[in-house]
Amino acid sequence: MSTTVISHDAAHHDDHGHHHETFLTKYIFSQDHKMIAKQFLITGIIMAVFAMVLSILFRIQLAWPDKEFPILEVFLGKWAEGGRIKPDFFLSLVTIHGTMMVFFVLTAGLSGTFSNLLIPYQLGARDMASPLMNMLSYWFFFVACVIMVASFFIESGPASAGWTIYPPLSAVPTAIAGSGLGMTLWLVSMTLFIASQVLGGVNYISTVLNMRTKGMELWKMPLTIWSFFLTAIVGLLSFPVLVSAVVLLFFDRSVGTSFYLSDLVVGGTILPNEGGSPILFQHLFWFLGHPEVYIVVMPALGLTSEVISTNARKPIFGYHAMVYSLVGITVLSFIVWGHHMFVTGMSPFLGGVFMITTLIIAVPSAVKAFNYIATLWRGNIRFTPAMMFAIGMVSFFVSGGLTGLYLGNATLDINLHDTYFVVAHFHLVMGSASIFGMLSGVYHWYPKMFGRMMDERLGYFHFWLTFIGAYLVFFPMHFMGIDGVPRRYYAFTEFPFMEKWVSVNLLVTWAAIVSAVGQVAFLWNFFASIWCGKRAPQNPWKSNTLEWTTPVEHIHGNWPGEIPSVYRWPYDYSKPGHDEDFIPQTVPHSQTMSSNLLHDWEGNEEGIAAQKAYNREHDREIEG
Amino acid sequence: MELNIAMDKQELLNEELQKSRKAKKFNLYLGMIGMFMMFAAFSSGFIVYTNSGVDKGIKTILPYVFIYSTAAIVISSLTMYLAFKAVKNNDLGKQKIFLIATILLGVVFFFLQLEAWSVLFSREITFTNTNASQSFIYVFTGFHLAHIIAGILVLTRCLIGAMKNIPLGNNIFRMEIASIFWHFLGLLWIYIYVFLLLNQ
Repeated sequence: MSTTVISHDAAHHDDHGHHHETFLTKYIFSQDHKMIAKQFLITGIIMAVFAMVLSILFRIQLAWPDKEFPILEVFLGKWAEGGRIKPDFFLSLVTIHGTMMVFFVLTAGLSGTFSNLLIPYQLGARDMASPLMNMLSYWFFFVACVIMVASFFIESGPASAGWTIYPPLSAVPTAIAGSGLGMTLWLVSMTLFIASQVLGGVNYISTVLNMRTKGMELWKMPLTIWSFFLTAIVGLLSFPVLVSAVVLLFFDRSVGTSFYLSDLVVGGTILPNEGGSPILFQHLFWFLGHPEVYIVVMPALGLTSEVISTNARKPIFGYHAMVYSLVGITVLSFIVWGHHMFVTGMSPFLGGVFMITTLIIAVPSAVKAFNYIATLWRGNIRFTPAMMFAIGMVSFFVSGGLTGLYLGNATLDINLHDTYFVVAHFHLVMGSASIFGMLSGVYHWYPKMFGRMMDERLGYFHFWLTFIGAYLVFFPMHFMGIDGVPRRYYAFTEFPFMEKWVSVNLLVTWAAIVSAVGQVAFLWNFFASIWCGKRAPQNPWKSNTLEWTTPVEHIHGNWPGEIPSVYRWPYDYSKPGHDEDFIPQTVPHSQTMSSNLLHDWEGNEEGIAAQKAYNREHDREIEG
Repeated sequence: MELNIAMDKQELLNEELQKSRKAKKFNLYLGMIGMFMMFAAFSSGFIVYTNSGVDKGIKTILPYVFIYSTAAIVISSLTMYLAFKAVKNNDLGKQKIFLIATILLGVVFFFLQLEAWSVLFSREITFTNTNASQSFIYVFTGFHLAHIIAGILVLTRCLIGAMKNIPLGNNIFRMEIASIFWHFLGLLWIYIYVFLLLNQ
């Protein structure tokens, strides 16, 4: 792969830059990747708080199914008449909680923030390939968020068919309250969201392939960039499929076709739709839906790689293996969707195929987990809040990933399907792991985003509350699932076999409330530090990557002078022979003779000869 | 000396322009991958649905009109190629003629597809249908037509540019983008047609 050379200087850049910045072009309709990253992050945080409040509401219902909370009626009106959440609204709560968390927080909030921030910064580009598309990507996302929130302010309530919007609940407007206008708004919102993701993804791919600075070969890119790049590819290939699924759903809802509907009686009347297959929707949905969970987790894996390596002061263990495992996950993500459908009457042979492809994903995932641990092993670890969250991410990735082996097994899945075991699995492996990866990124790159440091003590407080809280919330759910307790049920008091779990629900809800309150520490830390945080030095973590060579004050075009060239990979931490424990990517090998290995010269004969001479002179005996 | 700096600047600007054009073209290719994935999803949906029962499937001979529309879009690709060649040779007169021909053939294609729909309607094969395999014919052709409309708009923009005598470089670049997209739409139609033929 050839490298594109960017040789223009800043003076020239200013010539044709549009520098009449007003409040509107700087903060609102900004085309600057740094500002767009902040917009994505803050919108993502607001959506996360909103979705978290929804989860607390349904946790309250699950813990105290027979108790009345008059305050709920004050806020929710007829959806909580007499202080008890209605079953219809309960379904809306779980649906919108899932939708917002998966799509708005962990897809747009995570990829949107860090791809925008780090792709140009870490590759040495002045901005994205198409800043205009980038701006549009944010504004489509923003409107999608507004519409989704707006669905709480309509008579019939928000969509309530689950975040997977299976027909017929999603396809028959008269089915339940949430199937009406709420579902329509959901579909409109998601269509805008898909447009946002495709615009963003095209830009990320194009920037990675076309805009790298001199010397930044693909194999010298930080793992963050690899993960954003592969995530964008997964998104580009899978989101259009969701468009197809949603389009057919729209026709079934509004035009009267029968792609997904058949043999339905609603309120005593037989529906005219005949011959459709709801399973078809599941195929199309999960062809996006499964890659989507990797869209959620891969950026978190990339951020974690960078944070762990930097703070363990060690090169990432198995850089190439890390990249190939990401590539492996990318490819495999497209051929495993059937494991969500083992109990749809799928042919056992096909189920077996999906089972094998699913279990193979354990291989690249395990490679990553082992490599993280090997990077930490005997490292000179600095337990910054970002590092704590990165290690927490690895913990969740392992403990949640292990249960994937059970669920991926077609026979075991018959028992576990649609139980709390599944809820526990994906909340740990993709929910908690990704959110921890994201928070780790926020703590680590906050100085780059806002030029100030976050408070460390609040960071540790936030970490421990969230870490312990998340395990207390999700771990007990495994046992409920093994006992056969189904997910999305409104009250555990209706079935004798579930009643014994009400006490566990009480523990889970208290843990959820405490860790939700703990997020206030983060919110305070995040927003107050924008103005009151300690001023950040240029390279607070003594990191190697290019973003730390830019000035603390943001400028248009990122670097005041020429864009720096890159000479080495990003993980030269604690290299034996060097006087410092890090060597930035911009330092040429000719300046680090005391630490070079022969293979660092990549076959450059002159360099190797000079190195050999140097080694002889200084009695260095190092095999290259 | 000053002249030198000015030339350097010009060169840098040019380089910058080439780079941004390259990126834009690349974005178009990525977008086409996205569009293709959407149709691939319809295709796999069609296969899954059609295999769900013996009473499913297209169950009719595809309207004969599709052959004419295929001919129209293939010829339009040819005229597009000629228009692009003309503009590269700085022959704007020829460019306009071939561009107009392409647009007209696009419009002809559009109406031939509508004609095919009316043939299907006359056989009582409607969009709302208990055999959704037949509804899929409308989905395929309809979504392709939506893209054709976008394509015609892109071609019209090229034509307006040619009429207004925009700088040759811009004209060529617009034409390049438009012709990539237009050829893609032609190929997409051939894919759809062959796919439907194999399943009729």
